[in-house]
This record gives sequence, C-alpha cells and structure tokens, in this order.
Amino acid sequence: MMTTRKEFDHGLEQLHNLLVEMGTFVEEALVDSMKALSGTDTEKARAIINNDQHLNNLEDKITDLGSKLIATQQPVAKDLRRILAAFKIASDLERMGDLCVNIAKFVIRLEGQPLIKPLIDLPRMAEIVQTMTYESIQSFVQENVDLAYKLATEDDQVDALCAQISRELLSLMMENPRNISQATVLNFVARNIERIGDHATNIGESVVYLVTNKRPDLNTQHSI
Amino acid sequence: MQTLLQTQPLININKLNLYYGAFHALKDVSLTIPEKAITAFIGPSGCGKSTLLRTLNRMNDMIPGTRIEGSIAIGGTEIYSSDVDVETLRKKVGMVFQQPNPFPKSIYDNVAYGPRLHGITNKKQLDEIVETSLKSAVLWDEVKDYLKRSALSLSGGQQQRLCIARAIAVNPDVLLMDEATSALDPISTLKIEELAQELKDRYTIVMVTHNMHQAARVSNQTVFFLNGEVVEFSETEKLFSNPSDQRTEDYISGRFG
Repeated sequence: MMTTRKEFDHGLEQLHNLLVEMGTFVEEALVDSMKALSGTDTEKARAIINNDQHLNNLEDKITDLGSKLIATQQPVAKDLRRILAAFKIASDLERMGDLCVNIAKFVIRLEGQPLIKPLIDLPRMAEIVQTMTYESIQSFVQENVDLAYKLATEDDQVDALCAQISRELLSLMMENPRNISQATVLNFVARNIERIGDHATNIGESVVYLVTNKRPDLNTQHSI
Repeated sequence: MQTLLQTQPLININKLNLYYGAFHALKDVSLTIPEKAITAFIGPSGCGKSTLLRTLNRMNDMIPGTRIEGSIAIGGTEIYSSDVDVETLRKKVGMVFQQPNPFPKSIYDNVAYGPRLHGITNKKQLDEIVETSLKSAVLWDEVKDYLKRSALSLSGGQQQRLCIARAIAVNPDVLLMDEATSALDPISTLKIEELAQELKDRYTIVMVTHNMHQAARVSNQTVFFLNGEVVEFSETEKLFSNPSDQRTEDYISGRFG
C-alpha cells in the first residue's frame, strides 16, 4: 500500500520554494549588477548591497526548515539527501549573492567614470551565468541529472570568456597605463561572474549527488 | 545428540519456504548471516521477518500446521535435521522477546535457571555465571545488592536486560531479539541498543525491529522483507543511504506499508 508523508512532502515543497526564491533573487542581483556596471550607476549598486540581507535570511530559513524536517521527520536515503542538498545549494546561492555584492562594490569604486571600453563579453558571460543559475535550481526541483551535467559545459564557455576578457584587459593596460585601475576592476568583475558560474555548477553537483548518491566534479570535468 | 556450533557461528539459510497451513509465509529465502555482527530484519507487518527469526531456534515447531522446506545451517549444522536436539539448539540460539518475560523468581534464580537446567549445581560456579551474565547485560551494578529480590520488582528496561542476562548465561552463540525494545521507554531502549553493540563482539545477533531508525543505528547488515520474500540484504549504511531496490527506498522513506 503506497502512503504519502504529507508533513514531510509539504516541508520539501517549502524548501523547493525557498530555493527557487533564492535562485530568482540571485538572477536579479546579477542582472542588476551588470546594469549598474554598464551605467556606472552607484545608486543601483548600493541597492544591491542593501538587499543582500534578504538572501541571507532566506538561507537561514532553509537551514531552520531543513533542520526541523531532519529532527521531526527523520528522513533517510534520498529524502535525507534532498535536505542535505538543499543546505548545500542554499549556501552556494548565498555565496553567489555575495559575489553580486562584490560586483556592486566595484561599480561604486568606479565613481561614475566612463568605461574604457564598451561592455560586450562581460554581459555575455553574465547572461550565460544567469541561465546557469536558473537551470541549476530547475535541475534541483526536477531532480534532473541531464540538466545538472549541462551546467558543466556552460561553465566551460564562461571560463573561456573569462580568460578572453582577461587577455583583452591586459592588452588595454599595456596600451595605456591609465587604463590599469579600471581594467583591474573589470577583471575582478569577470572573475566574480566566473565564480558565480562555479557555484551554479556546484549546485549541479549537489543534484547529481541527490539523485545518484555519487559525487561528480563538474567544475574540473570539462575544464579548459 | 548432535552438538551445535562447534565451528564459528554463521547462519546459512538456503531456499527456505515456510507454510502456515495454506499460507505461504516465507518464499525461497536465502541468506548468509555473518558471525559476531548485528543483522536486522525489517519490513511491514506480516512480511515474514519474525517468522524467519523464529525458524532460527525452531520456535515455529510449536505452531500447528507449520511446514518447512529448504535448509538452515548454523555453524555448519543443519538445524532441521532429525537428530538435532531442540533444547541444545535453543541453548546455543537464545532469544529475547518483545515483552520482558522474567520468571516469577529472584533475579539470581532467573539467571541461574538455564545453567542449572543444563546441569550446573556448584554454587560458586553459579555465582560466577550470574555475576558475569549480569555484568555483560550491564545490569550488575543496579542489582548486585538485591539478587534475592523478585525479578518482577525490576523496571521494564531492567527486566529486559535481565532476560538478556538469562539468555547469555547459557553461553549461546546466537542471540535473537524479536522487537526487544518496542515495549520500552527511550532511555531503556538506548541501554538495550548500547548493550547489543557491546555483545556483538561475542555473539551473533539477529534482531527484528519495526523501528527502522533502530536498525539504522544499531545493525551492521539489514534485510528488508516484503510478502515473505527478501527484497534487499546489504550493509546497513548502504541500505539506508542508497538502497538498490525502489521498494526498499519507499519503505524506509515511509512511503510504503
């Protein structure tokens, strides 16, 4: 006779919803940070920094809810891994939010000065990472291993773009030492976006662990 | 009389079928239970786990209409062989039940009962057995000054540990525990679980439990039964973290049964 565990399943659904909320928040923070960068908009950058506390609160909620489910429902096997994965994913998302905050802080450091070059590859990178963030959460909600593995391939594209941006910025610095200050900031921005992509890939690893009980290394498997 | 378990106790169950009249309670069960470890049987009510446990010291012999096919060898001895002495078998394969069932005798006499039955009359030797058994059952410190008191004056948890002391007083090789903690409070349950962990170095323990978390906490191997069949038998850690069979996953996750 099949039975359901209403209380537990309801708790899992709440965990899913909170993670989706965190994922959406990170996507928006990333989009906003890129808008703030392209417009060197310090107001928008400050808003990103101020809003980050909400993401931290969501992570705390996930920790509390997951702990409650473990204590009261005593899950085992895949049910237990669902909660352990949720903890890990929440931690990754919280860190992704912090990296968006870093980008916002770099924008403030630019003090509204015009950019040394039009932004082309950085927004492309951010777009891929935004998609990865969305897909990573979907792979968790759907327990979709294929989608999780897809993140590794996308992460390779991000890494390649990051390397390309670094080379380009190096050229600009060699061309004119006055570019060094801003080029360094833009390089840090690229590094932070690349790190956000790594965290999305980490989420994919958590999903593969959840479904298969095995721990793949998606960050190095396809690395360039 | 055939002496059991001269070799290391290792239980080999081969193609065991058991019928209660027309009801087919165990179906082609084959298992090898390792020595000096705790093996847990889990599964929903009526799955056959207690029936299998009872076959290990032939408790089912007393149920009319029971028919058994296949074999069970303990330490290389076929226990359903016609020349096996059931009393000797039960000396070597002790059992602890769901409800503590001390005899209405003194604590001392409960533990000394089995050794006396098997011919030990020397007072000093009996004193030693009683003390060692009660120490093994982690009850000695609580009762050493009251050995002449009635066993029925003990708490439920103490009574169950007394029953374990009584079982181990005849120096068994295998200890069967049939829901041995289900009638106890959490503290007493914990004591029995800790006791089982200590005893497994000396005895092969097979336990039936409805409490899956107890199986996960205590046992080394777990067998999941369903409708009289073995669905999965593996290391406890594996069974509770990554079971091979979806039915096991559904059961241990509380989505079945």
